Amino acid sequence: MDAILLQILNGLDKGGAYALIALGLTLVFGTLGVVNFAHGALFMLGAFCAVTVQKILTISMKVKDESITFFDAYKEQPYLEIWFGDFGTAIIDWSVPISILLAMPIMLLIGLAMERGLIRHFYKRSHAEQILVTFGLAIVLQEIVKSFFGANPIPSPAPGIVSGSAPIGVLLGLGESVVYPWWRMIYLLFSGAVIFAVFAFLQFTTFGMVVRAGMHDRETVGLLGIDVEHRFTIVFGIAAVVAGLAGVMYAPILPPDYHMGMDFLVLSFVVVVVGGMGSLGGAVAAGFLLGILQSFASMNEVKAIIPGIDQIIIYLVAVIIILVRPRGLMGRKGVMED
Amino acid sequence: MIVPSIRNDWVIMAIFTAVVLTAPLWLTPVGAGYPDLLQKFAIFGIFAIGFNILFGLTGYLSFGHAVFLGVGSYTAVWSFKLLTMNVLPAVIFATLLAGVFAVVIGYVSLRRSGIYFSILTLAFAQMSYNMAYSVLTPITNGETGLQLTMNDPRILDGPAGQGLPSTTLFGLDMSGYAGFYFCAVMLIIAFFISLRIFRSPFGLKLLAIKSNQTRMKYTGFNTRPYLLTAFVISGMYAGLAGSLMAITDPLAGAERMQWTASGEVVLMTILGGTGTLLGPLFGAGIIKYFENIFSAMNDGRLHEIFSFLPDWLENIVVAITGEFVGDGWHLTLGLLFMIVVIFLPGGVVEGIRRANGFLRRLVQSSGTNTATLAAEKE
Amino acid sequence: MSEDKSKISELSRRGFIKVGATAVTAASMPMFFVKDAWAAKDFRNNPGNAGSVKFGFNVPQTGAYADEGADELRAYKLAVKHINGEGDGGMLNTMKPLSLKGNGILGKKVEYVTGDTQTKSDAARASAKRMIEKDGVVMITGGSSSGVAVAVQGLCQEMGVIFMAGLTHSNDTTGKDKRRYGFRHFFNAYMSGAALGPVLQKEMGTERKAYHLTADYTWGWTQEESIKNTTEALGWQTTAAVRTPVGAGDFSQYITPVLNSGADVLILNHYGKDMINSLTQAVQFGLRDKQVNGKNFEIIVPLFSRLMAQGAGDNIKGILGTTNWHWSLQDEGSKAFVKSFGQEYGFPPSQAAQTTYVQALLYANAVESAGSFYPPEVIKQLEGFKFDGAGNGPTEYRADDHQCFKDVLVVRGNEAPSSQFDILKVEQIVPRSQVEYDAKIFGGELGPYEV
Repeated sequence: MDAILLQILNGLDKGGAYALIALGLTLVFGTLGVVNFAHGALFMLGAFCAVTVQKILTISMKVKDESITFFDAYKEQPYLEIWFGDFGTAIIDWSVPISILLAMPIMLLIGLAMERGLIRHFYKRSHAEQILVTFGLAIVLQEIVKSFFGANPIPSPAPGIVSGSAPIGVLLGLGESVVYPWWRMIYLLFSGAVIFAVFAFLQFTTFGMVVRAGMHDRETVGLLGIDVEHRFTIVFGIAAVVAGLAGVMYAPILPPDYHMGMDFLVLSFVVVVVGGMGSLGGAVAAGFLLGILQSFASMNEVKAIIPGIDQIIIYLVAVIIILVRPRGLMGRKGVMED
Repeated sequence: MIVPSIRNDWVIMAIFTAVVLTAPLWLTPVGAGYPDLLQKFAIFGIFAIGFNILFGLTGYLSFGHAVFLGVGSYTAVWSFKLLTMNVLPAVIFATLLAGVFAVVIGYVSLRRSGIYFSILTLAFAQMSYNMAYSVLTPITNGETGLQLTMNDPRILDGPAGQGLPSTTLFGLDMSGYAGFYFCAVMLIIAFFISLRIFRSPFGLKLLAIKSNQTRMKYTGFNTRPYLLTAFVISGMYAGLAGSLMAITDPLAGAERMQWTASGEVVLMTILGGTGTLLGPLFGAGIIKYFENIFSAMNDGRLHEIFSFLPDWLENIVVAITGEFVGDGWHLTLGLLFMIVVIFLPGGVVEGIRRANGFLRRLVQSSGTNTATLAAEKE
Repeated sequence: MSEDKSKISELSRRGFIKVGATAVTAASMPMFFVKDAWAAKDFRNNPGNAGSVKFGFNVPQTGAYADEGADELRAYKLAVKHINGEGDGGMLNTMKPLSLKGNGILGKKVEYVTGDTQTKSDAARASAKRMIEKDGVVMITGGSSSGVAVAVQGLCQEMGVIFMAGLTHSNDTTGKDKRRYGFRHFFNAYMSGAALGPVLQKEMGTERKAYHLTADYTWGWTQEESIKNTTEALGWQTTAAVRTPVGAGDFSQYITPVLNSGADVLILNHYGKDMINSLTQAVQFGLRDKQVNGKNFEIIVPLFSRLMAQGAGDNIKGILGTTNWHWSLQDEGSKAFVKSFGQEYGFPPSQAAQTTYVQALLYANAVESAGSFYPPEVIKQLEGFKFDGAGNGPTEYRADDHQCFKDVLVVRGNEAPSSQFDILKVEQIVPRSQVEYDAKIFGGELGPYEV
């Protein structure tokens, strides 16, 4: 029972991550009709916002370790700690949440620049060419990050107060062994909040209404004299911010490295397509569904029956869903079907 | 007088054959004239040509084509292990088994179109890759890859001598240049078949499906068998390419089936020019060239190359170019993708066509009749 | 033993023919004909009379192990310098016995070519083939994974070019998949287990329940097996051994079952990114703060690498593991190497750098001793070669499986690092005698000398 509860939590947590990454992708897919292979790179850039903030906050006074002679080894003490004492330490401790503030404007700028500079010239080009150009862009972005930060993952811990586990078992009366990391629960809530915010924005604002109309019938909306292009630029920016935030918040769970975007790319496409093209709700539902199924498939009891099922479960479910429901969970007819 | 475009397929084939067979000569000056890379050019050329039969003609973008490459390789190595080191059974079994896999995967995946089709093929390929890497290790030898061993039965070959045997074509050793020429002959055959398909009524029907499948269906035309045929042919091409990989180097690893490998052939085809006869070959050549030659450059090599410059300039040039070669070769490849697709919609072939058009205008105005062949190959 | 061996090699066929041929022809023939006469069989990439020879450095330059590959490359460049008599000589001053004279190999200057393995078997083999076919290298070395090592080693056997493996830890490299032309200086999973055993017993007692998370591929399996054998011999129980997909990223679904399993030790048979992620996440799940069966819950990472450990940040503090070598060692060889490397690049070498540096020197030295680049002769020099002063104490290249036997370091994540490089603390130097095993237990066949 405890095990199942924990796996449900794992699944929700994973699902939250998948949904958050897929959300931005499906926005770009559904509204702009662009196959964006650089979406994973946006996720990675977000995570590196957190790394950068941490690096800046921990710029240190270096005291040379005199016992080492052949090269320079330093004991580092961040200036923030020297200047502000405990308060400085606390700021560094909170670098990941702080970097959210930085990531939002930066990712927005990156998103806008990408759309203006590159993507908008590819609206009318074939999907194949969109794939090639965005894949090229993704490689270039990750190589730039690699040349600054190296190839190894960089630790970016969560604030000390939430870096351990929450004794949820005690709270729920299930015994002490049921614990779950604070940060993962925060991530789950955070992804829920972001997903809600994006939906609310599209559902309840005039801007969102126009975008939704544009998703259905771009030409008509254009003929009504509404500047669709302009709004689509902003949609792309929002997608970049969502991907970036997903990356920032994921950094304490998965120490960021330059390649993490590619690792998530295929998965996010699968989530989007299983959810159904052009459906935001579908992407979110698929994210949670796949996350939970993956968690359960990894249980020893399940693996004992079907060995290796945890390796393929996501793809297996994807095949079944697409075969049973022609347009994924909630896909719209005619979107990316040719 | 202007020579009209050569319409005769046989002339195209003759030129193509000559160019392929002389590749060791004209690729040496650019540092690519050694057997392994020549073999890779031919093998990935076949892979990309086959992929183009599906994607270029029908517009169905398979994102899991590498699975057939992997199946071909595993089959070939098993043929070496169980039957004989002769390459012919390996080629035949690999191509056929890849065809069987293609029938199954194609039958299921072609029930959907567009991106749904892409994700179905991707899912099959990823499942195969993950299984081959882990639970199927008895068949695939997992991460290490399937290799020949001394105690393989090889029932048709009789007892082995000292050391591991090498792959042969009736006694002719398939390593080095012999291996390349075997691959080259396969490439020529593969290209010829592809040419015939492009010119055939079957190819035209596929193109019609690409331009408007709905209309085809309304006219009472069942598109599915045609699509499945194209899918299977292209899967068999990949199986052939996979078997050639095992023939020139008897090892089969699961990575060959990973999505990055599937993605690579997609990139090759688009980079070269989707739907053109020669484009995929160019794309395959360019990507393999970058992977093998650019990645191997280091500062020492660069200093040699730029040694004609004055010292201070040499150092600056080497420092800058050093970022784009060696461990930076991915960066160069990424930039190349972007530049080609931004400036040359239609890929490298489009670039050649434009250059040729420019040349032809030049030739026309100067009144000579030295037409370039680059365009005619199209 | 080694003295016997050197006598035999002095009386070898080649030496005999050399003497004889010289005597017969010296009067009438120019020197280079003489050399040709005794160079026995021609072999692939025979440098002949060329003034230089090429080494092939096949390392990961892209992908997850790119930083390790870069460090290997730095070490190789340093080795080439030292062999050619440039720089301060590094371990050339400390390694014994040593035939190298600091004038290249057999008077030929050493040059090198580089290539990218991408940590993929196919790419690594393509790169190695390029080096052999196009660049004409006499030796290939490098790599940062066992899959690549086994793949390239097999190729080198077929092509008749010696392969000096880089970082590869699977038992298979010098076990099931060993090759006559392949040599491994790095230690392996069996040695990790054997070295950890006594330390684990001292630290954690004999009544423990271990839970393994294992990367689901050959290296992971061999390590799981080796560690299990060791711990079960101590009296520990193995609660479960769970396979995790390579590159899983999020390991939460594998970590939560540990909480309720009753196990009090978690053993992570992961390397690279998998290790960083699983360790980081296991600590987040509060495993290290737990008390199970009245004991403190412990995590063990059997194979540690300093470069990789950086990625896990504070999470590695206090965690036990093994490593091949560490820059803080105080023997003469290590000090000489750290000095050369540190002065050249400004930071200490990693264990990958040390193993690759030593491998390059060992090959060069074997050629110098053999007096020929002819691979079978070089192989015979390396087989059974005993040396000291290379940073791991007295070391032997065992002839039976081409595995180096040397001391193994048991390390612990440093609780109070004094600098950014002071991540691991050497807990114990486990002597070679404790980690030795019979070459037969892993099977495999070396294959022929002549190919």
